[in-house]
Amino acid sequence: MHPAPSVIAFTALSGAGYGLLFLLGLGTILRFAWADSRWVMGVGLFVALALVIIGLLASTQHLRRPERAWRAFSQWRSSWLSREGVFALLTFVPAGLLFLSAPLVGSSGWFPWLCALLALVGAAATVFATAMIYRSLKPIRQWHHPKVVPVYLLLGLGTGAALLTVVLSFHAGVRTAAIVGAFVLLAAWAVKWLYWRDIDQAESSATMETATGLGAIGKVRMLEPPHTEENYLLSEMGYRVARKHAEKLRHLALGLVAASIFLLLLTAAVGSGWGAMLIGWAAALTALASAALERWLFFAEATHTVTLYYGRAA
Amino acid sequence: MTSLPKEQPAKRLGLVIDLDTCVGCQACVVNCKEWNTGGYPAPLSDLDPYGAEPRGAWLNRVHAFEVEPEEGAPQVVHFPKSCLHCEDALCVTVCPTGASYKRQADGIVLVDEDRCMGCGLCAWACPYGAREMDPGVGVMKKCTLCIDRIYNQALPEEERQPACVRTCPASARHFGDLADPESDVSKLVAERDGMALMPELGYRPTNRYLPPRPRRDGRGADKPKALEPAEPQGGFLAWVDRLLAD
Repeated sequence: MHPAPSVIAFTALSGAGYGLLFLLGLGTILRFAWADSRWVMGVGLFVALALVIIGLLASTQHLRRPERAWRAFSQWRSSWLSREGVFALLTFVPAGLLFLSAPLVGSSGWFPWLCALLALVGAAATVFATAMIYRSLKPIRQWHHPKVVPVYLLLGLGTGAALLTVVLSFHAGVRTAAIVGAFVLLAAWAVKWLYWRDIDQAESSATMETATGLGAIGKVRMLEPPHTEENYLLSEMGYRVARKHAEKLRHLALGLVAASIFLLLLTAAVGSGWGAMLIGWAAALTALASAALERWLFFAEATHTVTLYYGRAA
Repeated sequence: MTSLPKEQPAKRLGLVIDLDTCVGCQACVVNCKEWNTGGYPAPLSDLDPYGAEPRGAWLNRVHAFEVEPEEGAPQVVHFPKSCLHCEDALCVTVCPTGASYKRQADGIVLVDEDRCMGCGLCAWACPYGAREMDPGVGVMKKCTLCIDRIYNQALPEEERQPACVRTCPASARHFGDLADPESDVSKLVAERDGMALMPELGYRPTNRYLPPRPRRDGRGADKPKALEPAEPQGGFLAWVDRLLAD
């Protein structure tokens, strides 16, 4: 599948933004000490919402008719893409109210508590819906896979925790945030590693023989393609440029996330201060880079059954 | 609304494509393009049509495959492919804007081009590659089963068929109601063991493909025999053979 930069930027950035929003909401609900800090909540929510908005704006870039994007809120009964849009829109209400109220009235009291709860649920639901867009597509076996949703959720949470570490640099809570971030990232990439093992071993249930119905006669191979030039199907679904570098990119991603986990643990060891700020930034950026690389591979390694009609494996 | 019809559509209009008689002439491809660039989904645009890298949206494409049986000679199969108007059309339910829909009356899957935002998700959801983005207008295009022909009272009755069916010189394409067991197309499917493509994905396509017929005498075509080694059994040729071998 063609890895559109806009979609990679959208899912990686908004995933991190929603992860951060989820954790800020959780801190408010559980009345962590740092949730009382207006500065922490103000900056944290600003970063989270900014990432989400940048991501959503980026996602409209891959639309051919973006002026009609508002219609995408209408089909939530059947479409996960529509549900994603609706959840994202709804989450802005409690998250926005929390952002406006936290610096003014602080995070204690029932109103911030309720906003935090709704924002937390909304953030999780939005990332879940994003993952389900891919999870529900049967023609792409690498997406129609049970580990796709956990990876999206864990990676969003892990990158969000790395960002929270930066936000909490000058707060005692930085140690906990860094350790949680390291463990969630480790969990995310453990699942991702198992996912890679799965998709490498599994074979497509659809073959050229079932795609053409000619399997009863014998082995099928392509004799002549139906068109001489590139078409939409091949450029969109037949993309394979990055696939040949997949092994290298996987190693690079794992190296980046290992560095990120190490830096997070280092932040936890250093404790609050300028050191935590500096190392936390490095941890957050490497975590985001590994997430973007993961998203690139998620597209580039995915094969679509339409390629069977062009003589390639799915 | 992109939910599928709650009740089974009364009719299931679709195509039955005979892989035995299709000669791969591409007439259906061309006539489909010609009709539809002026009809319901117009324009069906091309970019740089006469230039170095032409690109365009087509609703019907003819592939060519070679099938090699365990015994006997390989055979060539020309393979037309267009929208199969599935009953469980994932391309419809994934659409976020309500542009994709399946008609209750006849089961035809269509795109409302005024609602499509060109996200391309429906094309990802189609296992058969039946949908193509129009590079000119930025909306998704697909086979309409020529709804602007089949119900068109302005056309003489024999013309009220999809353009691809009407134009096929080998009568390899048939159009009709596959929900009606008495229809010509249903009878063809029953008689010739018409098959669905990629049934394992569960889309329940309406269109059926008729497999190439086996040979009348029951045998497959024989593979051409391998050349025999030149070992003449005596006589003048054996003498020449011996002479040249030295």
